[in-house]
Amino acid sequence: MASVNLVYFAWVRERIGRAEETLELPESVVTAGDLLAYLKTLGEEYEAALEHENVIRVAINQEHVDHGEKIAGAREIALFPPMTGG
Amino acid sequence: MIGVAVTVRVQRGDFDLAAEVAALSAGRHDIGAVVTFCGLCRDEAGTLSALELEHYPGMAEAEITRICNEAVARFDLQAATAVHRYGKILPGENIVLVVTASPHRQAAFDGANFIMDFLKTAAPFWKKEHAADGSAGGWVSAKDEDDSARDRWSE
Repeated sequence: MASVNLVYFAWVRERIGRAEETLELPESVVTAGDLLAYLKTLGEEYEAALEHENVIRVAINQEHVDHGEKIAGAREIALFPPMTGG
Repeated sequence: MIGVAVTVRVQRGDFDLAAEVAALSAGRHDIGAVVTFCGLCRDEAGTLSALELEHYPGMAEAEITRICNEAVARFDLQAATAVHRYGKILPGENIVLVVTASPHRQAAFDGANFIMDFLKTAAPFWKKEHAADGSAGGWVSAKDEDDSARDRWSE
């Protein structure tokens, strides 16, 4: 089990109901995509937030990554919707 | 790039366009063109009372800095400044400022355009609308044309 800090923004944060948390992840969670699939098993709120998995953006240690990226060694993983700044 | 000044700030308060241009060009005699872009909050024909801008502290600054550095390298800019606000912003107020400098105008125009296209699609900010009639506002959806605007730089 590896422990990781998760942070959520915008409607992902609202649907999950918290801005951050620390979770112990099972060994089977290798990639960012695995993480999304695992989180969806944790409850309705995660399912609602991550329903459209392919639109969810992932950042590891504050850098954008693809869903195929390995999460080993990540201090902070952020999940958020497509960005709308500017 | 030695001597290229990239300035990035993410702040709640307003910015002063003239002051940012002055700071970027102070003491220099090599700059031939300065382009500024300023993005403002629209009232959407009276239906919007405010925007709430959420950001990812740390990554917002880091990502905008990455974008500015890429623009500096790609267009040979002499300087680039980007300031992005967060929090509640009212119609008519400033949201974002980009300033670029180069010896000739085209690079400064292209650099500012490039920075904005990537800032809109890659900098971690999210807008939530507050409706003027008091009804529940919603999160602004990302636009396909913003992705297209970004993608034209790799064509």
